[in-house]
Amino acid sequence: MASAGLSQDRSANERPRGPQGTASGPGRPERRRAFVARGLTKVYGKGEVAVHALRGVDLELFAGELAVLLGPSGSGKSTLVNIMGGLDVPTAGQVFFHDLELTAFDERALTAYRRENVGFVFQFYNLVPSLTARENVALITDIARNPLAPEEALGLVGLAERLDHFPAELSGGEQQRVAVARAIAKKPEVLLCDEPTGALDSKTGVLVLEAIERVNRELGTTTAMITHNAAIAEMADRVISLADGRIAGVRENATKRPARELAW
Amino acid sequence: MRALNRKLLRDLWRIKTQVLAIAVVVGCGVAIIVMALGTMRSLEETRATYYERYRFADVFAHVKRAPEYLAERIAGIPGVKWAETRVVADVILDVPGMAEPATGRLVSIPEHRRPALNDLTLRRGRLLAPDRPDEVLVDETFAEAHGFRPGDHFFAMINDKKRKLLIVGVALSPEYIYSVGPGVLVPDKRRFGVMWISREALASAFDLEGAFNDISLSLLPSASRPEIIERLDVLLDPYGNTGAYDRDDQVSHAYLSGEMDQLVATATVAPPIFLGVAAFLLHIVVTRLVATEREQIGLLKSFGYGNAAVGWHYLKVVLFVAGLGVVLGFAGGAYLGRLITELYTDLFRLPFLHYRLSLDVFALAALVTLAAAVLGTLNAVWRAVRLPPAEAMVPAPPAVYRRTAVERLEPRGLVGQPTRMILRHIVRWPLRAAMTTLGISLGVAVLVSTLFFFDAIEHLIQTYFHHAQRQDVTVTFTEPSVERVVYEVGRLPGVLAVEPYRAVAVRLRHGPRSERAGISGLEPDAALRRVLDTRLRQAAIPPDGIVLSTKLAELLAAAPGDVLTVEVLEGRRPVRQVPVASLVEEYIGTPAYMDRHALNRLMREGPVVSGAYLQIDGRQEEALYRELKDTPVVAGVALQTVALRTFRETMAETMDIMISFYVMFGGLIALGVMYNSARIALSEHGRELATLRVLGFTRFEALYILLGELGVLTLLALPLGCLIGYGIAWFFAWSFDTDLFRIPMFIERATYGAAVLVVLVAGAASALIVRRRVDRLNLVAVLKTRE
Repeated sequence: MASAGLSQDRSANERPRGPQGTASGPGRPERRRAFVARGLTKVYGKGEVAVHALRGVDLELFAGELAVLLGPSGSGKSTLVNIMGGLDVPTAGQVFFHDLELTAFDERALTAYRRENVGFVFQFYNLVPSLTARENVALITDIARNPLAPEEALGLVGLAERLDHFPAELSGGEQQRVAVARAIAKKPEVLLCDEPTGALDSKTGVLVLEAIERVNRELGTTTAMITHNAAIAEMADRVISLADGRIAGVRENATKRPARELAW
Repeated sequence: MRALNRKLLRDLWRIKTQVLAIAVVVGCGVAIIVMALGTMRSLEETRATYYERYRFADVFAHVKRAPEYLAERIAGIPGVKWAETRVVADVILDVPGMAEPATGRLVSIPEHRRPALNDLTLRRGRLLAPDRPDEVLVDETFAEAHGFRPGDHFFAMINDKKRKLLIVGVALSPEYIYSVGPGVLVPDKRRFGVMWISREALASAFDLEGAFNDISLSLLPSASRPEIIERLDVLLDPYGNTGAYDRDDQVSHAYLSGEMDQLVATATVAPPIFLGVAAFLLHIVVTRLVATEREQIGLLKSFGYGNAAVGWHYLKVVLFVAGLGVVLGFAGGAYLGRLITELYTDLFRLPFLHYRLSLDVFALAALVTLAAAVLGTLNAVWRAVRLPPAEAMVPAPPAVYRRTAVERLEPRGLVGQPTRMILRHIVRWPLRAAMTTLGISLGVAVLVSTLFFFDAIEHLIQTYFHHAQRQDVTVTFTEPSVERVVYEVGRLPGVLAVEPYRAVAVRLRHGPRSERAGISGLEPDAALRRVLDTRLRQAAIPPDGIVLSTKLAELLAAAPGDVLTVEVLEGRRPVRQVPVASLVEEYIGTPAYMDRHALNRLMREGPVVSGAYLQIDGRQEEALYRELKDTPVVAGVALQTVALRTFRETMAETMDIMISFYVMFGGLIALGVMYNSARIALSEHGRELATLRVLGFTRFEALYILLGELGVLTLLALPLGCLIGYGIAWFFAWSFDTDLFRIPMFIERATYGAAVLVVLVAGAASALIVRRRVDRLNLVAVLKTRE
């Protein structure tokens, strides 16, 4: 497979092929960069109907951090995350995952990249209705190297008691936590969450955020979470604001608030 | 156009390939109805008109020699409308430019009037002139085969004298619509011809002045045929009667009826399969349409569209697809009907035959089709009608799945999650899975049951020509002859081996049943003409007793050990009791066999023979034919290699085209079912698959989940289809089972293989089409949208 061994690339010992000299976060010890994006532009459509989703974005995500991408609808945050997740390709610009250039990957290599390195959590859970919670997780662990046991992954999101329930038998919050368990069971290096609480009420949303927080903390998974809910930004290491296809600002939270204290 | 109709058209356009696939399946069914019933109707009407206009007789009888005055007594039998006597004789012909001898049937016609029965249609030339004994009319088939025109001539061996006959006209007779020579399976245009000659000429040539050897009767509509036949037999028996019979036993009529029965059988079996499958396909497509348009239905209802309007909207989808199929079917059926009618005009000699597009056949086909389509989808449409608007506006609750029984037995981890998804999906909609399986299997079945005809015919050829009748030439003598004649035949040039036979016309009785039959007396150690048992091994002919073909035994309800009454219909007409010794399998006719010597004893005659089977040296063929044409005792010569060739040619002409169409139809059923199933699966699982692709599943893995179910169902369908195909083939064999002809129930393994292969190719084609769609799945959209 074109990108076999990507997941072994986690140590930065070998000579990196990526761009050098990008500034690290201020006032912090040298941090390893998981993602580097340079001059990302994405245009959908042509001519008069062309939509500029991204207009030259430069961005870094550091290994192990929990970043929240904040912005209104149409600000380009989903497009950015889709490109980082290997679901979409930019019109111009480069994206590096460690020292591998994602923007040079073909379709097969992107599939393998997603399979081995990325965990996704969607707004609408997207569980397979014909599989139980345990089996939905096993769907991924079956094809991953060195994964968590499905039971362990479901334990991490607090669903150890609901292993053999089908999606139709679970609440929305429970379904989303199964989705989180499914995303992190392969121990991905990156967890990408697109509005994970968008379809949930505040109380169940918090449970899901707690699960994401715990995964980020305990497994050290680099996490990027899209939201338009400013309250959620409180739990992030860094908050990246987007507006109109550009980075509008990057803010570091001096103190992160635990997810359980959040409310909206 | 109203907005709702515009939506309808766009919906249909969106699923156009599915619409087309279903319409094609509908079209196949409609085409078969239109073709089979239309052709049957054309044939039936043409025949009825022809019979009536040219006064085809109702009852026929042959005698050795009966005085002409008997005709008046026969005409006096109550119920008889008209009786016409004739002289009929089979003779050897020597046709210029043809090495081998042909057989001619000379039929007398009155010199000064038209025949009262079995009148002729003059196609070319003129009728016979009075007092011209050398003038003949020949039948059109024979004339065409030899390029004869009025003014041409040929030679005939008439009662030991070779005579030159002059063709003055070309004609057709309702008696010879299907014109087949004695002892031959299919028409051989070159080697068998019917010719009409003046009564006086023929009678004087055969010493039958003031006498006749053939009589035809027409009956009053109210007459009882069996009664008249019985009284006719009583009158004719003293004159060498071989047994009177009615139209059902008249060869030409019986073949034509057999062909019509086959058309009816085709119209009975095939269309329900196609229409059933089409109704099922419409059902799943409309069910899916209603499911995906759930919210739109809610919206329509909340805007004030009534339940009836919503129901009618989806019913229009059904009617459009079925209607498109009907149109395709009309076109295809008319084309096929014309094609098959052309084949028939070659096979059946009718003065006119047009494939007529009869409105009621079209109406019937359309009605049956639309009814099947509407009935099949009523449940799906009802679902849309019943949906309360408020409920429709919120998305459908997720389908509830459960573990399958198989999984409970299976230790966890043996089956991967994708396979588990496939199994659960099948169990979740068991009826649909069963119907899909049945649909695919019907595709296999149509292929098996039509390709079966090739196997059956090949098997028949192997049995008949290569195992049972291994002679090269069959020679029939004009009269039963002493054995010495056989040795003389044996000395003719090129003859390697010779085997005599005795053939006797009899009536067999067993209890209340009776059948006219011929007993062939064969040499006990025959090597050329052999008799085969039901397992196709050479059967010994016992020194006593009679061996019956299975069909004859069935007609007589006789089994080995039963005693039959044998009434001989020639010579001294002895009546004897003969036990049934054994049964043999024969696919042609209803023969019976005896040891020749036993048959001679039964006849109370010396060692006489009716003819001989010859094995010849092909290099001396022409010399032998020359001799045979000039040998007075020879009444007929049948050539086995020629017979086999014409048999194959006739079969190829009539069967190949039809079977190719049915093979195509079978493939189309399979394609229609599989393509639709795959598309429905994609529609239902599209979101799931996109999710899995986002999660890093490869295209192949996604395709496995999508098509795995179809694969499992196809694997189940293949053996089931072979089984159903066998059943349908058996039905065809059963419904074509007549006294004249039976189709051996025999299917080669390769045929199952071919059927399976065609269906697998159709499956692969469907998979390829759907694969393109899987490749183009929009992965990003799925993250943002709710189902």
